[in-house]
Amino acid sequence: MNTVLKPFQLLGQSALVSVRKLGRAHLFILHVLTGLPGILARLHLLIVQMYSVGVLSILLIMISGLFVGMVLGLQGYYVLSDFGAEESLGVMVAASLVRELGPVVTALLFAGRAGSALTAEIGLMKATEQLSGMEMMAVDPVKRIIAPRFFAGAVSMPLLAALFSIIGVLGGYFVGVGLLGVDEGAFRSQMQANIDFDEDIVNGVIKSVVFGAVVTWIAVFEGYDAVPTSEGVSRATTRSVVYSAFAVLGCDFVLTALMFGKD
Amino acid sequence: MTFQPSDTPALVSIRGLSFSRSGRKIFDKIDLDIPRGKITAIMGPSGTGKTTLLKLIGGQLRPDSGTVRVDGINVHRLGLDELYALRKRMGMLFQSGALLTDLSVYENVAFPLREHTRLPESMIRTLVLMKLEAVGLRGARDLMPAQLSGGMARRVALARAIVLDPMMIMYDEPFTGQDPISMGVLVQLIHDLNHGLGLTSIVVSHDVQETASIADYVYLISDGKVVGRGTPAEVAQSDSPWIRQFMDGLPDGPVHFHYPSKDYASDLLGFVAN
Repeated sequence: MNTVLKPFQLLGQSALVSVRKLGRAHLFILHVLTGLPGILARLHLLIVQMYSVGVLSILLIMISGLFVGMVLGLQGYYVLSDFGAEESLGVMVAASLVRELGPVVTALLFAGRAGSALTAEIGLMKATEQLSGMEMMAVDPVKRIIAPRFFAGAVSMPLLAALFSIIGVLGGYFVGVGLLGVDEGAFRSQMQANIDFDEDIVNGVIKSVVFGAVVTWIAVFEGYDAVPTSEGVSRATTRSVVYSAFAVLGCDFVLTALMFGKD
Repeated sequence: MTFQPSDTPALVSIRGLSFSRSGRKIFDKIDLDIPRGKITAIMGPSGTGKTTLLKLIGGQLRPDSGTVRVDGINVHRLGLDELYALRKRMGMLFQSGALLTDLSVYENVAFPLREHTRLPESMIRTLVLMKLEAVGLRGARDLMPAQLSGGMARRVALARAIVLDPMMIMYDEPFTGQDPISMGVLVQLIHDLNHGLGLTSIVVSHDVQETASIADYVYLISDGKVVGRGTPAEVAQSDSPWIRQFMDGLPDGPVHFHYPSKDYASDLLGFVAN
C-alpha cells in the first residue's frame, strides 16, 4: 500500500513546493513594483544598474545580431533564389528578426549574460548577510537593491532587442546585397513596403517588453530566494537561466498565437 | 553589592519566548532582561541559537509564542514602517560585518545617513569621519571592503552601526576568528562605545574570557533554556557542572566529547556481524 502511494505522495509534495514558490514569486514582484516611486525619486540607482545590465550587454548583442542577420541573409538567399524571388530577401530577413529572432534570441542571450549575473549577485549578497544587514539598518532591500535591478532589466531588454534587429538587418543586407549581389533597391523597397508598423514592429516590441520583464523577474527572484550557501547560489544561477529560457520560449508561443493568428 | 538586571529598567525584555525551526525547538519559554546602559553577554555553545535570538529581538524572525519588548514596544506587533522606525534606533553588527561590497568604506558608513536623512554632504562627511575616527579607521575611508581584514571590516561595520546614534547595539560573535591584537581592539571598542555613547549593548559570543571581561551581566543559554545568569564573577564561581565545563573549556563533562553512538567495540565488530 505504502509503496503504491509513495509516488503520488512525492508528486503531491513537489507540486506543493512549486505552487508555494510561485506564490512567493508573485508576492515578491508586487513588493518590487511598490519600489517604483522610490526609484523615480532616485534615478541614479536605476542608471547605475542600466549600465551593468544593459550597456555591458551591448557588445554581445551586436555581435550576435550581426551573425544571425548574416546567416539569415545566406539561408534566405539560397531558398528564395530557387524561386527567383531573391528581391524579397530584405523583407524575409527583417520580418524574421523583428517578429521572432530579435526578441527571442536577445532574451536568451540576456538571460545568460545579465540574468545569471543578477541572480549570482543577489544570491551572494544574501549569503554574505548584506540583505539582512540592510533590513537591520531599516532599509528595505527589495526596494533598494532588487527594484532598481528589475526595472533596469525590464527597460534595457527591449532596447537591446531593437539593437539586435537593426544590426541583424544590416548583417543580412551586407551578405545579400554586398556579397551575393541582390539588387539594393529591391532589398530596401520590399522591406519597407512589406514590414507593417503595427503588425510587425509593435508586436515585436511588445514581445521584447514581456520577455525583459519575465527574464529579469526570474533572475532577481531566484537570487533573492536562493539558499544562502555557495551551492545554493550556484543552483539558483543555473535555475535562473534554465527557467528564463523555458519562460521566453513558452511566452513566445502564446504571444505569437495571439498576435499573428489569422482572423 | 553585585549588579542585578532589575537595578535598572530593562531596555529589552523577553518573556516566555519559544521558537522552533524545521521542527527543532531552539528556545523553550525563555525569559531575559537586557538592562539599559549596560553590556549584557549572551553565551552558549555553537548552535544554541544565539544569532537567532538577536534576529528575534530585531524583528527579523517571529517567535512561536512569547513577547519581545524593546523600549516598551512589542516588536512583533509592529507594522513594517513602525518596525523600520524602531530599527533605526537599533544597531546590529553581523559576524561577517555585512558590508556592502560595491561601496567603499566611506560610502558604507554614509549609507544609513543617505537612506534615512537629507543631510547636506558636508554634514554627512563630518559624521562619517567622526565615526570612522572612533573606530580608528579614518585613514581607510577609500578602501573597498575586499581590501579589509576581518577585524577591520567589523570595525567599519561598527562605525556604520553607530552612525545613526542608536540606543542599543547587538553584536553577533564579534570576536570569532580574530587575532589577539584585533580581538583586544574590538573588546576595547565595545566597552568604550557603550560607556562613551551611553548605549546598551548585547554581545552574543562563545569567547568566554573576552566577553566576560567587559560584560556587566551574563546569560548562559543551552538547549533552548537559560542555564545560568549573573555577573561574570558570579558565573565564574558557579558550581553547576555544565557552567564549569563551558566557562573553563573542558573537553568532557555534562556535554560529552562523543556524539551519542552505540557501544564502540560492538560498532567496530558490526561489519562482521552484518
